Amino acid sequence: MRENPKRHPEVAAATEGSQERDSSATVSPQNDGKVRWIRKDLLSLEELSKEEIELILKTAESFKEISTRDVKKVPALRGKTVANLFFEPSTRTRTSFEVAAKRLSADIINFSSAGSSTSKGESLTDTAKNIEAMNVDTIVMRHPSSGSAEYLARSIRAGVINAGDGIHEHPTQGLLDIFTMRERKKKIEGLKVCLVGDILHSRVARSNIWGLTKLGAKVRVCGPPTLIPAKIEELGVEVFYDVDEAVKDQDVLNILRIQLERQKGAFFPSIREYAAEYGISVERMKKAKKDVIIMHPGPINRGVELAAEVADGAQSVILEQVTNGVAVRMAVLFHTTMVER
Amino acid sequence: MSKLILDAPSVERSVIRIAHEIVEKNKSTQGLCLVGIQRRGVILAKRLQETIKEISGAEVPIGVLDINLYRDDLTKVFEQPVIHKTEINFDLDNKIVVLVDDVLYTGRTIRCAMDALVDFGRPKCIQLAVLIDRGHRELPIRADFVGKNIPTSKEESVRVNLMETDGKEEVVVQ
Amino acid sequence: MKILIKNGYLVDPKNKLDEPMDLLIEDGRVKKVSKKITEKADQEIDAKGKIVCPGLIDIHVHLRQPGYEYKETIETGLRAALKGGITGVCPMANTNPVADSRSDMEFMIGESKRVNLVNLWPVGAVTLRQEGKELTEFGELKKGGAIALSDDGQPITDSNILRRALSYAKKFGLPILAHCQDEALFCGGCMHEGFVSTKLGLPGIPVEAESVEVARDIQLADLTGGQLHFCHISGRKSLDLIRQAKAQGSKVTAETCPHYFHLTDESVLHYNTNAKMNPPLRTVEDVAAVKKALKDGTIDVIATDHAPHAESEKDTEFDQAPFGVIGLETSLPLSLRLVEEKVLTMTQVIEKMSLNPACVLKIDRGHLSEGAVADVTIFDPHKEWVVEKDKLQSKSKNSPFLGWKMKGQVTDVWVAGRHILNNGVIASER
Repeated sequence: MRENPKRHPEVAAATEGSQERDSSATVSPQNDGKVRWIRKDLLSLEELSKEEIELILKTAESFKEISTRDVKKVPALRGKTVANLFFEPSTRTRTSFEVAAKRLSADIINFSSAGSSTSKGESLTDTAKNIEAMNVDTIVMRHPSSGSAEYLARSIRAGVINAGDGIHEHPTQGLLDIFTMRERKKKIEGLKVCLVGDILHSRVARSNIWGLTKLGAKVRVCGPPTLIPAKIEELGVEVFYDVDEAVKDQDVLNILRIQLERQKGAFFPSIREYAAEYGISVERMKKAKKDVIIMHPGPINRGVELAAEVADGAQSVILEQVTNGVAVRMAVLFHTTMVER
Repeated sequence: MSKLILDAPSVERSVIRIAHEIVEKNKSTQGLCLVGIQRRGVILAKRLQETIKEISGAEVPIGVLDINLYRDDLTKVFEQPVIHKTEINFDLDNKIVVLVDDVLYTGRTIRCAMDALVDFGRPKCIQLAVLIDRGHRELPIRADFVGKNIPTSKEESVRVNLMETDGKEEVVVQ
Repeated sequence: MKILIKNGYLVDPKNKLDEPMDLLIEDGRVKKVSKKITEKADQEIDAKGKIVCPGLIDIHVHLRQPGYEYKETIETGLRAALKGGITGVCPMANTNPVADSRSDMEFMIGESKRVNLVNLWPVGAVTLRQEGKELTEFGELKKGGAIALSDDGQPITDSNILRRALSYAKKFGLPILAHCQDEALFCGGCMHEGFVSTKLGLPGIPVEAESVEVARDIQLADLTGGQLHFCHISGRKSLDLIRQAKAQGSKVTAETCPHYFHLTDESVLHYNTNAKMNPPLRTVEDVAAVKKALKDGTIDVIATDHAPHAESEKDTEFDQAPFGVIGLETSLPLSLRLVEEKVLTMTQVIEKMSLNPACVLKIDRGHLSEGAVADVTIFDPHKEWVVEKDKLQSKSKNSPFLGWKMKGQVTDVWVAGRHILNNGVIASER
């Protein structure tokens, strides 16, 4: 068959007495049972093992403290250069990566471009190779095409961090969501999480599903039948169309942003009806567990997928997600940038 | 081929002696705090804290420092450092900070630790306590309190085993 | 000039020959087929251990000239066909400009005459500029050499236009080759809609995007009595409809391509643009259904839908890459796998690659009867080789089978008695 284009060897959880492991690997064997990070890229949570996800979360825990200091900076990535390459507007994710890089003392440069690179006449690889030629160590990319991050990682030597590729994945968002859930609920194993909204077009949903199921959570998805992708249950999730039914007994509700333009594709008739059928209202919250936490990747359409009172309510951890996002992205930048090229 | 340098009672005696010296040198425990360097420095700092309490009755604050992110060779090291937590939950301004580590060797770790400390505040002074000083400094750094000086060659390695991390209590040269 | 092909194993579906036979060619025509021919010839070929069959016909290719010569030219396309044992190809009309006039037909035929390798039988567009609005001049196209009509690449969305086309084409005896795709259901998709598309986050094309239009087209063929041939059928549901239609007496015919009986949507994993084609690769069930349909005769023809694209076009984000894969040089060995898999007999493979396409096109080819034009292919069914980029004749290298091991290699080809592939080497007769 076709040559597997993945360049990364699978991660190895080095166990006791693993000294005879291939010493030409990118990192030395460690016989202390610890997981080694060997990826220059973070493309998806699908490709990560449970141990790798846990390593990132653990590092992020240590990094979270740095942001609480007076001097919010450590010299870990001093002299390294990170490039933000955004082909879709996104202030939040871009800023979060920028803050994360700066707290690790990396230099960060921002390239943004509206629309796809091809519409400008320059290919994505050409754009990225130009950036790489400036000796950038890691490229953080947001791009409207699914798979663009993996494609880019195959084409260049610099590390690639996927900051959202089309409707495929948004791994750092998935990680920060899991981090926040774990911080609040103390565990992921057995945790009941329901994702509500446009599952079909959501990279956040895909990353959540991969990460959470790997760590043993029980995941539900709930949305209009038109916005549930084909055979999603094969990813190990339960599908609900009725949100009142879906929110019952859940520990976490992760509410996805509804893109208002989906109405045009006849996915649902009106914003008003969407809000009535799927919006998380104060009323609906009464059907959920008392200690349920409410998450949202932002930006929120208040009064559409989430009532303002709920978004700002006691159960909302939306701003914690933003805080944790920096710590998680620091951990991702740290591990990927430290891998030898 | 390892040589025992300190056994368990000797480790204990060294800690007690250092605790006394710290109190004596600083005249009191006023403004004093301890910061242990992950991971065995943290254990030693805790023991010093307990001993100081026995001596003076005062509980000096203790902090935990992970210096990995400050290492000057971080991006060159062959094995990946595990990043542990840094926790300094008190104000360092105008404090007398005693940095605690197990072995003093090139001095680079201490340089990192001092860089990290100044990011947290402006201590009145920083002192250094180590269980073992094995020489071979590469930076102009010296310890204020030393459990034991051991002449070593660069080829040797000094291993500090503590109950909490290693299940036994001893210092050996290999 | 007499040529004697000796000791070969002859497969000629039309004459029900499937046994060792000698073949004598004289002055560009089959002179004699017999057990042992002792007649003196100008050239003798020993085909021991090889299969001798009618020259293969590929009813569905894209040669890109004029307009996209950087992808393929008539010359490179015909060379690729020759290497694949194909003695006649039907290039589709989606060139630039669209081949919708008599002069376009004449240009292609003229160019093929200059190249002077295998036959080129052009397909004219059904509608002007393939816009699906106004019919082309079928009579003029036929005078220019058009052998069939198709808007391939574009579905004919307007049912009434297709109805008129099928009806009007009867006067000229031209088949209409239908690319079945419901535009609304297709909806900007770029791969099969299923678990893999969900995982990869790629917009999916449901299998019904094909079958809905197949259902419509069957009814229009029945309504008009026109000759309708289904291009590149990929889905289970379409095949059920075609099977049923044939059982009820519809005159429709159907083709599929080797990728639809060897690959599934899993080939797209890791965003492999060389596995992006339209219709898309589907599921294991669909592959099984295609094989079943080949076996029971629902599918009449194996074509390639040879669709060259430059490396730079395929080396991009998956959704930006164009649809299509090349296939001329791999279609025979890939089809021979069906013999090993006991899906088809050798005779059936040859039939679907020579006689049946000739029947769809209503040309007197695809058989080795006495007096027939001597388009002959010889291949070694046991010879193994690996598909390698730089060994392909096609200008483009967008094959999903790169690196695959093939079994079966074409060694010799005659077109009208001209020995243009000699032991694997293209003869420079120009």
